[in-house]
Amino acid sequence: MKLKLNHESYKQIIGPLAAFLLILLFNYLFTPGFFDLEIKDGQLFGSIVDIFNRGAPVMIIALGMTLVYATGGIDLSVGSVMAISGAVAAFMIRPGYISGVLEYGTLPPVWQVILIPLIVAAIAGLWNGVLVTYLKIQPIIATLILMVAGRGIAQLITKGNIIIFRHENFEVLGSGNFLGLPVPVVMVIVIALLMHFLTRKTALGLFIEAVGSNPTASYFIGINSRRIKLLVYVFCGICAGFAGLIITADIKGADANNCGLWFELDAIAAVIIGGTVWGGRYTLAGTLLGALIIQSITTTILSRGIAPEQILVYKAIVVLSVTLIQSGNMRKMIVQLFNSKKKRVSSIANSGVVK
Amino acid sequence: MNIITPVLQARNISKIFPGVIALNEVNFNLLPGEIHGLMGENGAGKSTLIKCLTGVYSPDEGDVIYCDNRVFFSSPLESSKAGISTVYQEVNLIPTLSVAENICAGRQPLKKGIINWTFINAHAKELLAMLDVDIDVSASLSEYSTAIQQMVAIARGLDLEARVLILDEPTSSLDEEEARKLFAVIRKLKNDGMGIIFISHFLDQVYEICDRLTVLRNGEYIGEYEIGELSKHELIIKMLGKDLAQFEYRSSKNTVNKKSDKKTFYRVKGLSKRNGVLPFDLDLREGEVLGLGGLLGSGRTEIARLLFGIDKPTTGNASVWGLSGFIKNPKQAVDKSFGFCPEDRKVEGLIPDLTIRENIILALQVKHGLFKYLSVKKQKEIADMYIKLLKIKTPSSEVSVSKLSGGNQQKVIVARWLAANPKFLILDEPTRGIDVGAKVEIQKMILEFKDQGMSILFISSELDEVVRCSDRIAVLRDRHKIAELCGDDISSSTIMYTIANANTNASANTNANVSVNCNSGGQNEAEVES
Repeated sequence: MKLKLNHESYKQIIGPLAAFLLILLFNYLFTPGFFDLEIKDGQLFGSIVDIFNRGAPVMIIALGMTLVYATGGIDLSVGSVMAISGAVAAFMIRPGYISGVLEYGTLPPVWQVILIPLIVAAIAGLWNGVLVTYLKIQPIIATLILMVAGRGIAQLITKGNIIIFRHENFEVLGSGNFLGLPVPVVMVIVIALLMHFLTRKTALGLFIEAVGSNPTASYFIGINSRRIKLLVYVFCGICAGFAGLIITADIKGADANNCGLWFELDAIAAVIIGGTVWGGRYTLAGTLLGALIIQSITTTILSRGIAPEQILVYKAIVVLSVTLIQSGNMRKMIVQLFNSKKKRVSSIANSGVVK
Repeated sequence: MNIITPVLQARNISKIFPGVIALNEVNFNLLPGEIHGLMGENGAGKSTLIKCLTGVYSPDEGDVIYCDNRVFFSSPLESSKAGISTVYQEVNLIPTLSVAENICAGRQPLKKGIINWTFINAHAKELLAMLDVDIDVSASLSEYSTAIQQMVAIARGLDLEARVLILDEPTSSLDEEEARKLFAVIRKLKNDGMGIIFISHFLDQVYEICDRLTVLRNGEYIGEYEIGELSKHELIIKMLGKDLAQFEYRSSKNTVNKKSDKKTFYRVKGLSKRNGVLPFDLDLREGEVLGLGGLLGSGRTEIARLLFGIDKPTTGNASVWGLSGFIKNPKQAVDKSFGFCPEDRKVEGLIPDLTIRENIILALQVKHGLFKYLSVKKQKEIADMYIKLLKIKTPSSEVSVSKLSGGNQQKVIVARWLAANPKFLILDEPTRGIDVGAKVEIQKMILEFKDQGMSILFISSELDEVVRCSDRIAVLRDRHKIAELCGDDISSSTIMYTIANANTNASANTNANVSVNCNSGGQNEAEVES
């Protein structure tokens, strides 16, 4: 990512960067052929490209999640919103499929197939935002509603079917390439840069952090915290919608049951590994690295022939280690442990409250 | 005279934070049965020393000796179990719990593993009774005022078994009467043999209650003195390292701008808020300092909040810059070039995760709007300017604001609003918890900005301060604006007299509204409305 890093954000991402490099180093030493790259049909292939390509949906949702998380919120519904947007796109391409008609009719233009699901996703985000800001429901509860209901809505759209389709222009979103790079990766770069400029070149980022860090004080300064929170939930919804479109375009089908399933957890993990503070400082670069770490573990495990069922366990170990390293209390504990002068077991027990 | 061994002792303690030496070989001796004042400016290291003594921080060098033993407390819990009770400067209570729960939290008496509620409530009531506070201890803490909350915090620290009691700015939100009650309790504890560390910016209180003083300056140990051997003037010189005469400023300014031919830009009529403040009229004029005089809980903050659009008024009407209508929220107020420096800096002022620079430019940025983002370079310039101007003690503007001492944090919030260059600035207790030098600086600044045409609403618990700075003073009593003073009438005694006098009026007729009008000639005529 060509994000311009100032001194402070550089310090913030040094942990996740090191973790990512460590995983790559491990593969360099122990996984043969991991760094091999080849060009087929004008597109790059290889495990490294695969990490970026497969990780793209999580990276995109995690970017949206970062802002929500920085305002002191959370969005559990992103996985379901992905399913909704995918279902809407597939339904638009093949509206008759669910009633047994296999003919396509006239294919809608690709901009419609992208724009309308994104609008639906934005409305889903708006719903979350209204629940959180105007009805003052705790974010974890408010978004849980759509997490559960959203998948149901997606199933209503597909009538429980997996709508498979062909739409060449739309498929580019999932499997096309642009300047040799997979389109999903290009989309990640575009969205990350767009967010960087929207939040860091305007005062939006500062206001988001202020609202997250101290909502009352922000209100007293005259920041419209409601509007800002509403905005980040809408934005998060759009990001989720986009990720849903990428996956749907890639597999050329909308599966309401499985599209984006558990993605919210990967996205939240990516944000936390990346070093964003809940209600406070956020870092987009850190989030991208967090998502890459998660994806690179998956790819490593797959390319080493370990049973995919174990992926979740390894993921858990890595997420735990990185978050422990970033915890200030943990660092204090380690320092105390090595501080022989004041080495006392009880002191560790007392300061062992993990935030 | 036999030598008493100190109950708590700090020997050559040093504590270094990145970029700042907070304490440099500081000594401190607390004898049993004494009240020991810990004196120093903001950032002198008072709070850091306390935190080293109670185990919040571990000192980088030096020893803490407690009851003749070298101790290493690794948490405040350990030190409080050992018998050192601490009441911190900022009230650290849980608003949603009941008063009794707040007092007993963390050391609830258990009966067969079950909390003994009857005992807790009785115990809490007993402790509060010592402070002459009689409230329903089972009600949640948030229902009570800041002053009561402060008393609850003190009651929490008042562990009768303790051998050491540390009070960090315990009186900063108490009025005189409440402080007096607290002092009576402190003296009683002292006579029982408890060692008490007392930190306060109120010199009068320090001289009233302390036996000995330890002075710190910039993290250095200056000395330990018997209270009798050091005059107030000498103490200030020791704290500041220079003579207070340098801070002399015009005190006769009240006579300069006496005429009220200034334009009124903000007028409210019959403004009130249920459970907040009774209907009042107020004219705010350009280039004038309006002081709000009154005791704690008299409705000062409530008026400020109404004027800034934080609270919605129940009745009344208002006009601002010629347009009628209330200010509905702080955003509108900021758009009208108003500023509000709130009383509770921790909850309502600071953005703890952000740097000093970001905290300072935030209000200016809001004024500029979302899209006209100030460049980081420009932000730095502004922040550095105010750090220098207000003498904020920090290695750089890029430090997180939460790392500053309380007084310096207050200065950051004042800087925030000065940077926004408002036309009307509300200062609610801007000098609370701030050292003498900075207090004078802020007062001086108030007068300077007034001369440049800024209007200021000034609220302070220190009557002298209000008297010194204000051109006009609205006197409040029991949520009621009872009078308006200006010109030569402005003095502490007039205010006290007005408040005392209104007492009889108010008891005779609760709706009595005595107002003293300020005419251009400075003549006053009293009229009684009903």
